[in-house]
Amino acid sequence: MTPYSDVPRAARVVERIQESPDIFTLRLEYPDAREQHPFDFAPGQFNMLYLHGVGEVPISIVSDPNDDRYFDHTIRALGRVTRGLSNLSEGDFVGVRGPFGVGWPLAEAEGKDVVIVTGGLGCAPVVAVINYLFRRREQFGHVTILQGVKHHDDLIWRERYSEWAGQADTTVALAADNPGNDSSLFEGNVVQLFDRVELKAENAIAMMCGPEVMMHFSIEALLLRGFKATDLWVSMERNMQCANGLCGHCQIGPLFVCKDGPVFRYDRIAEWFFRKGF
Amino acid sequence: MPRGALQRFLDALQASGHQCIGPIEQDGALVFAPVTEVKQLPTGVHDLQAPGSYRLEHDESPRCFAWANGPQAIKPQTFAPQETLWRVVQDEHGLHFESEVSDTEKRALIGVRACDLAALTLQDKHFLSDTHADPAFASRREALFIVAVDCTHPADTCFCASTGDGPAVAGGFDIALSELDEGFIMRAGSVAGQSLIDSLNLSEADEGRLQQASDEISQAASQQTRELPGHLREQLFDRQEHPHWQAVAERCLACGNCTAVCPSCFCSAYESRPSLDGQESKQIRIWDSCFSFEHSNLHGHALRDDIRLRYRQWLTHKLAGWYDQYGRSGCTGCGRCITWCPVGIDLTKEVESLLEGDPA
Repeated sequence: MTPYSDVPRAARVVERIQESPDIFTLRLEYPDAREQHPFDFAPGQFNMLYLHGVGEVPISIVSDPNDDRYFDHTIRALGRVTRGLSNLSEGDFVGVRGPFGVGWPLAEAEGKDVVIVTGGLGCAPVVAVINYLFRRREQFGHVTILQGVKHHDDLIWRERYSEWAGQADTTVALAADNPGNDSSLFEGNVVQLFDRVELKAENAIAMMCGPEVMMHFSIEALLLRGFKATDLWVSMERNMQCANGLCGHCQIGPLFVCKDGPVFRYDRIAEWFFRKGF
Repeated sequence: MPRGALQRFLDALQASGHQCIGPIEQDGALVFAPVTEVKQLPTGVHDLQAPGSYRLEHDESPRCFAWANGPQAIKPQTFAPQETLWRVVQDEHGLHFESEVSDTEKRALIGVRACDLAALTLQDKHFLSDTHADPAFASRREALFIVAVDCTHPADTCFCASTGDGPAVAGGFDIALSELDEGFIMRAGSVAGQSLIDSLNLSEADEGRLQQASDEISQAASQQTRELPGHLREQLFDRQEHPHWQAVAERCLACGNCTAVCPSCFCSAYESRPSLDGQESKQIRIWDSCFSFEHSNLHGHALRDDIRLRYRQWLTHKLAGWYDQYGRSGCTGCGRCITWCPVGIDLTKEVESLLEGDPA
C-alpha cells in the first residue's frame, strides 16, 4: 500500500515558477526532516495536491525521480483548486497524498525507438519521461518528440525542447494552431506532424499524453504506419477524488484510471477509448 | 431455538459487547436500527413490492423475518453515507493533518439477507483490496457480527435465485437462522458464532423442521418471477450504442435512488468543509451517484452530459465492468433498484430489451 495514501502530509512550497500566462510550477519539499527520504515515484505517476479548505486535485509529477528532496508539479490554473494553488508562493503549504498510479513503460522501452506525442499541457506528464530517457540515452534508440499546442504561448519549456532537439539521434517537431511569429512552429496540429517526420514502426514504442481527440488521431496515424496496438501507450485523465480506486469517478469501462492507469497500453483500453460517455 | 429464546439470543449478543442492529418498522418501511428487545422486531409484517411501489402489510403471523427487504441494505453499516476522513489545522508552522478514523464499537447485525451478504462480500473486495484497504471501512467491517436469516418471503421484485445469491444464505455470516413459526434453526459460520450458539444450550433441530426450512427456501426460489441472465459482460459492452439506452433515458429521472438503495454501489465524493475562520478544515466522504451531473466532471464539463450515458454507465458497470474488476456481476438480485425507482424502471426488463437486436 502507498504510504500517505489516505491522509495527506504537509509539503512546503520551495519555489513557484510562472511557465506561461496560466501555467505554473510548484516545487515542493516535505518540511519534516524525518520525511525527507527519497521521494519514490515513477514518471507518469501523480499526487493528490490539497489546497487548505478548498479541496484536492490530481497532478502529475514532472520532476526527476532521482531528486530525493524536491518534487515539482506543473499546473494549469483552470478550476477552483488549481486557481487557488496558483496564488501560493514560497513558504506556503499544501497537502500531498501519493504517489499514485501506474507510470510509463520504461523497462519495456529499453532498446527501442521511442515516439512521444503530446498536446497542450500534455507535455507536463511526459517531461519526466523525456528527462529519464536523456539521462539514460544509450539505453534507447531514436527519440522522436512531437508536441502540439493551440497557442504559441502554451508552449512552455522552449529551451528544453531546443536542448533535446540538439541531441544526437533525436527528432523534435513542434506545432501550434496559432504559431504567432514563431517560424520554428508548424502551423497546424500535432497529428499533421506525423507526415513531417520519419518513423520506424519496428522495435518502437509510442507514449501519448494530451486531449483524447489528439491521442485518437495519433493512434490512427501510428497504426497506419505499422505500429501495433501493444506498442502504443496513453495517459488518461478523469475526475479523481480518492486516488485509491474507491470513489468510482475515474472509471473508464471497468478500468480505474487512478490505480490501473493513468498510463494504459492502448489495446487494454481500446474497447472504451474515445467513446463518448466512458 | 424456540421463539421464546430469541430475547435470550439478543441478550447474549449484547452481553458479548455487541450493539444489536436489526430490522424495525419505521415510516412505513423496514429499516435497520438499534434493537434491544424482540418486541421491536417486525412481527407479522410483510412487504409488498412492485416497480416504484413499497407497502407493508400486517397479519397474525408470529414470524419477525417474514419479509424480503427494506430500502436500506446493510451497506451503511460498513460504508458510511457520510463521514469525516481527516482533519487539518493551519497554524504559523504550516498544515497539520490527522486521521479521523477510529475503532468502531462491536455491532451485531440481525436479519441480514443473502443478497445483502453477497453484496457485502463484493464491497469487501472493493474496499479491502490487495493494493489498498480503506481504513474507515476496515474499522467498521472488523466490528461486525452477522446474524443472517434465510429468505422465505421474496418480493415480486426479487431475483436473487437467478443471480445465485439467495434466497438461502451460503456463507459470510457468524450465525445463520432459518425461521419457522415456532422458532429458528441456527447454524454457525464462524468460531464466534458457534460459541454463542453453544452458550444458549439449545437442542438439535429435528429432521422434520430441517425439511420444512429447506422446503420453504426452495419455494421462495421458485416464487421469483424475475430473472437476470448471467455473464452479460461482452453483450453489454458490445451494445454501447443500442437504441434502448435512449428509451430508458426518456423515463429515467437521474434521481440516483437506485444507486442509494443498491447494496453494492460504491461511489463517493470527497469534499472539504472548512471552519468559518478558515483555520481548520475537515475532509468528508459522502455517497455519490453516477447519475449526478457532477460525477463525470472533467475540467468543468460532464463527460456524461445526458441521462442516456449515465444510465448506460450505471448498468454497464454493474453488470459488465464488475466482471473485470471483481470477477462477477455487481448485482445480487435484491430488486431494490426496481422498487425504489420512482418511475418503476426495471433492470431485468431493460436488460431483456438491450439483448434484443444485434450488438451496436
